[in-house]
Amino acid sequence: MTEEAISVPHRESALLRLVKGAALIRESWVGMVGLAIIVFWALVALFADVVAPFPPNATGIPMLAPGGAGLDGTSVHWLGTDQLGRDILSRIIFGSRQVLLYAPLATFCAYAVGVPMGLAAGYRRGITDEVLSFIANVILSFPVLVLYIIIIATIGASGINIVIAVTFASAPGIMRIVRGLVLDLRNREYVFAAETRGEPAWRIMMIEILPNARGPLIVDACLRLGYVIITIGTLGFLGLGLPPPDPDWGKMITETRQFITIFPHMAIFPCIAISSLVLGFNLLADGLREVSLRD
Amino acid sequence: MDNGGKDYDGPVLECKNLCISYFTRAGEIPAVIDFNMTLHQGESIGLVGESGCGKSTVAMAIMQYLGSNGAIVGGEVLYKGRDLSTFSPEELRQLRGNEIAMVYQEPMASLNPSMTLGRQLMEVPLCHENIDEKEAYDRAVKILSDVKLPDPERVMSVYPHQISGGQQQRVVIAMALLSNPSLLLLDEPTTALDVTVEAGIVELIGEIAGRFNTSMVYISHNLGLILETCDRVNVMYSGVVVEHGSVAEVFDQMRHPYTKGLFGCIPLPGADKTAHPLVPIRGQLPLPHQRPKGCYFGPRCDFFEAGTCDQENLAMTTVPDEPGHTVRCRRWQQIDWDNYHPEGVGAGEMEAGEVVLSINNMKKYYEITDNSIAAMISGKRVRHVKANESITFDARACETVAVVGESGCGKSTFAKVLMGLETATDGMVVFNGKDISQEEVQDRTPAQIGSMQMIFQNPFDTLNPSHTVGSQLARVIRKFGVETDGDKVEARVMELLDLVKLPRDFARRRPRQLSGGQKQRVGIARAFAGNPSTVVADEPVSALDVSVQAAVTGLLMDIQKTYRTTLIFISHDLSLVRYLADRVVVMYLGNIVEQGTTDEVFSPPYHPYTEALLSAVPIADTSINKQRIILEGNLPSVTNPPSGCPFNTRCPRKIGEICETVVPPVFEPIPGHQIACHLSVENFQAMQPVIVQANQPASPAAE
Amino acid sequence: MLIFIARRIGTMVLTMLVVSLILFLLLEINVEGVAIKVLGAFTSDQQREIWLEENGYFDPLPLRYARWVGNAVVGDFGESVRFKVPVSEILLPRIWSTAVLGFWALLFASAIGLFLGVIAGMREGSKLDRTVSVGSIVTTSVPEFASAPLLSALFVFYLPQTIGWGLPGTSSMSSGFDWVQLILPVMVLVLYDFGYIARMTRASMAEVMMTHYIRTAVLKGLPYGTVIRKHALRNALIAPFTVIMLQINWLLSGVIVVEFFFAYKGFGSLLLEASLNQDIFLIEACAMVAVFVAVATQTLADIGYTYLNPRIRFS
Repeated sequence: MTEEAISVPHRESALLRLVKGAALIRESWVGMVGLAIIVFWALVALFADVVAPFPPNATGIPMLAPGGAGLDGTSVHWLGTDQLGRDILSRIIFGSRQVLLYAPLATFCAYAVGVPMGLAAGYRRGITDEVLSFIANVILSFPVLVLYIIIIATIGASGINIVIAVTFASAPGIMRIVRGLVLDLRNREYVFAAETRGEPAWRIMMIEILPNARGPLIVDACLRLGYVIITIGTLGFLGLGLPPPDPDWGKMITETRQFITIFPHMAIFPCIAISSLVLGFNLLADGLREVSLRD
Repeated sequence: MDNGGKDYDGPVLECKNLCISYFTRAGEIPAVIDFNMTLHQGESIGLVGESGCGKSTVAMAIMQYLGSNGAIVGGEVLYKGRDLSTFSPEELRQLRGNEIAMVYQEPMASLNPSMTLGRQLMEVPLCHENIDEKEAYDRAVKILSDVKLPDPERVMSVYPHQISGGQQQRVVIAMALLSNPSLLLLDEPTTALDVTVEAGIVELIGEIAGRFNTSMVYISHNLGLILETCDRVNVMYSGVVVEHGSVAEVFDQMRHPYTKGLFGCIPLPGADKTAHPLVPIRGQLPLPHQRPKGCYFGPRCDFFEAGTCDQENLAMTTVPDEPGHTVRCRRWQQIDWDNYHPEGVGAGEMEAGEVVLSINNMKKYYEITDNSIAAMISGKRVRHVKANESITFDARACETVAVVGESGCGKSTFAKVLMGLETATDGMVVFNGKDISQEEVQDRTPAQIGSMQMIFQNPFDTLNPSHTVGSQLARVIRKFGVETDGDKVEARVMELLDLVKLPRDFARRRPRQLSGGQKQRVGIARAFAGNPSTVVADEPVSALDVSVQAAVTGLLMDIQKTYRTTLIFISHDLSLVRYLADRVVVMYLGNIVEQGTTDEVFSPPYHPYTEALLSAVPIADTSINKQRIILEGNLPSVTNPPSGCPFNTRCPRKIGEICETVVPPVFEPIPGHQIACHLSVENFQAMQPVIVQANQPASPAAE
Repeated sequence: MLIFIARRIGTMVLTMLVVSLILFLLLEINVEGVAIKVLGAFTSDQQREIWLEENGYFDPLPLRYARWVGNAVVGDFGESVRFKVPVSEILLPRIWSTAVLGFWALLFASAIGLFLGVIAGMREGSKLDRTVSVGSIVTTSVPEFASAPLLSALFVFYLPQTIGWGLPGTSSMSSGFDWVQLILPVMVLVLYDFGYIARMTRASMAEVMMTHYIRTAVLKGLPYGTVIRKHALRNALIAPFTVIMLQINWLLSGVIVVEFFFAYKGFGSLLLEASLNQDIFLIEACAMVAVFVAVATQTLADIGYTYLNPRIRFS
């Protein structure tokens, strides 16, 4: 008795599979647009020194309109200058570095804390679940920004502190998502099979369950990255962000908001910059979800 | 309706050369091709076939409800002579639910969870007829009592989840009958139900056909059900009808090799794993976009002839002298069925060895905490669920012991205790001379775990989709310490794939690249990786198509014979159990009600529950006569089991109060055959066999 | 049901207690710090010592905590360092202002979100559905601190220049309450919040439309409108109800940004001002109020969900 073969695949390396999986995003134009935006900003951040026309903190003629000539008469401030005469385009370009460094770092830390908690709560259930879930509920019952403000006001504003605050505030949400996925996956027969052959709990959680939860988690990570970018921007905007003078998108907006009725361009361009980056991650998440639901 | 409505006397429904396709990203996928059917008033016609054969698509096309990606691409559906595609949306709406009604597979999913059943029923006459609420209410109550639901007034006021699955399906049927439709479509109406509940629904459907003179299209994968409900039958395979005729013609004088093959796969009462083993159909169903040229069954057919069977435009031909019996095969007249004896996959005679597993008075209770107000007031907050009560039986080497029962009978809990995922509350489970009832799996040695393994039910769930087949098998081999060296592990993986007759390169595949039957084979390989002396198989083939079922069952028995393994076969499928088990244990609500050898259990004297169970199983054989025993009432909840005999609430042979108060004694007509029942010896002796093989093939249409 | 409500309220009280403990420990465990924050950095150790002694700061920690909670329950959070008045005196009018802002924002965000979500989910995959989905992704990608300047630039700078009509750029309400000053802040909050409600509603509606009981309803021959109204909406709106209640929690974050930007004298700007000035008693009060609102709405959401869902209600 032989059953007809469908097709014989070649042995694939893990890397190749990852690339192939990532290539699926091509099937969603929304996801492609999102990916393009993210890649654009990543390149900008990487080559900031090359592409920025001015040093980020160099001052010149203040409040110059977009396209105005610089101090030396030949250079052009494409997006104008701010109230101290610093080139807005260059500050946006250098500001992308801050965002693209701290947002992924903070999200990663939040996952590093939230995923094991969620696995433990969902797989072990019982008292572990109750304690972890209660802690998560307490943290999640704070309006997020209130929590950030209290944390930052207490421990001070710095890049690392932002990472700590984001981890503290986001890990419970990640835990809840992972817990929900695990509660579903733990009832699968392959988990039952692993249990009946006496696999240790950590192996069941990490090898049998976690890889099967990756789809929804990748989508969530994209959404969360977008949200962390907003958070970092908001903290900068409220004056709780990175210390001056290095450019920070949120801070650029807040510094120029008093001039909004006279020189709106000074605030508009950083607004567009941050919104586009968040949009990139949100679109990518939507595209990934769409593709993953297809088959 | 405007076209004469109920005075019309032509066929109620005609499908002419109907072709239906789904449009996906991969392009057009034909789901049903060249489908023809004529249905007269009061007639029932069956559509039978394995998954993906297009039978449900036909029903949806009749309803003109194919979703956004499905469309009728050729042919027409005529309702009382008028093409349904010419109906305006408003006319179609008037037709649905009023003239054509439908009953669905999953009763729970078909009912709106946030609306009372009464509201959902009353809607139908309120929207199709000009009547007031009062009249609609009365009609709904009337129809609920017609479908034999106790206390219709109460049913009207509750939500779907508050009644049992069988009752839900009765409500769905009542809803379909409310406006006295001319045509009733039943799409696998009993598949989601337990077999004793199924029997009640099937009886009800039969009554409806007689009483309301409704025409019916009955869709099922179960040939036995078709026999019990239909006059004529269409056998479908991969989107086409391969054979059509009266039930007698198709069941007794089938002409198409696929129909013949299908019957060869079903464990009918005559089948026997040693003398008359099942004959599986080789290969697997073609995917819709990979159908072969010509006859779709060609690659799996023993009579395939290149140049004949792979030519396009294969039409139905009528069997001479049997008008209405048509076959889609070019070679059917050349096939000599009398001299066709394909080799089945069975197991030779096997001598049972020493006792390997001995279960003695094993009990498993769960505690549940009830937080309702009533429980708090009465102080009974902690209740015991008696999942297993006094389980006692032995299993010997090389023996197949079947544990039979419907949902909630405690089969799964029993398996968990055996595997060490739960510990027994009381009693002993002696395995290879050691009591393991209190040993959790973490406390057992790898060799001990490896010597008792399990095969699971759901092929889509049994393998981890994230890992390759090979790595999953290798893990088991390492875990049980069979081999540790990398190359030897690899070699052992190949051996296991050979054992389950899968190509060796499957080791590199991921589960989603395998078909259901192939996944189940890997599941079997995994269970045998640690050279087990006992394998617990939990419904290993119930989720597979019939033709694949036979192959997997055969494989399992073959391996069992090679390794002299003890097989604990947990199943609800009595036909299959009779076919492959040596001994049978019948469970009801956590209790063993009867046990003995297969012959003993399947012939009188029976426990009344076994008797009802046997009667309920549909058998696809026109020469079988069955006693009809329909169980009343619902399966009691395990949290609140009846006192005395657990079966007393539904037992048709209940004697009296003693059944409700006293736990029944064990009656032992022959040593080893045990029946837990209060019936007297005389009662037992007077019992007649439930299943009788008639000498003359009876005509099923004559009722 | 009653037991369920009692249990939910019990959990709520417990959560509040834990939150209060965290806040108390975070802000008041270092008594020196409290003294510096209250009396200012340019005070002598002796002054601080006397103040701490007078206010019972040398009592054991559990006692201090108990006293603090007891006072908080009756609304006494102490005196604001910055405003030199009892905290409750400035807190109440600010909460009221924010309630007005939040109410309108939530009303419009819910109305728009539910409407768009339902019509998009009714026909999943249609052009309208894709437009609503992508549109709501775009609006939720523009954070409040970005949409506020953008909308201000439009309504305060460009529109007055081009059509001679615009909106006021601040909402300080310096000459009494003014509806017109509320428009921009509400618009900013609605723009950011409606998209999430719309997407959740859409997902819920699309899921319900795929269920078998909707198929049953259609094949019963019910008119399409009846199928939507009586069968789909009832089930599809259970999830968005919870989402809207939880949105209040998010809105509390949003109002901080919006009130800060538009100089609206509400609860959010008060909290921000308090924390930027290390006004610890005011921070404590604001945080407790914020958490109370969040936990209370969460509890209401849970109870409401249970009530709306007969599968949970009768089991």
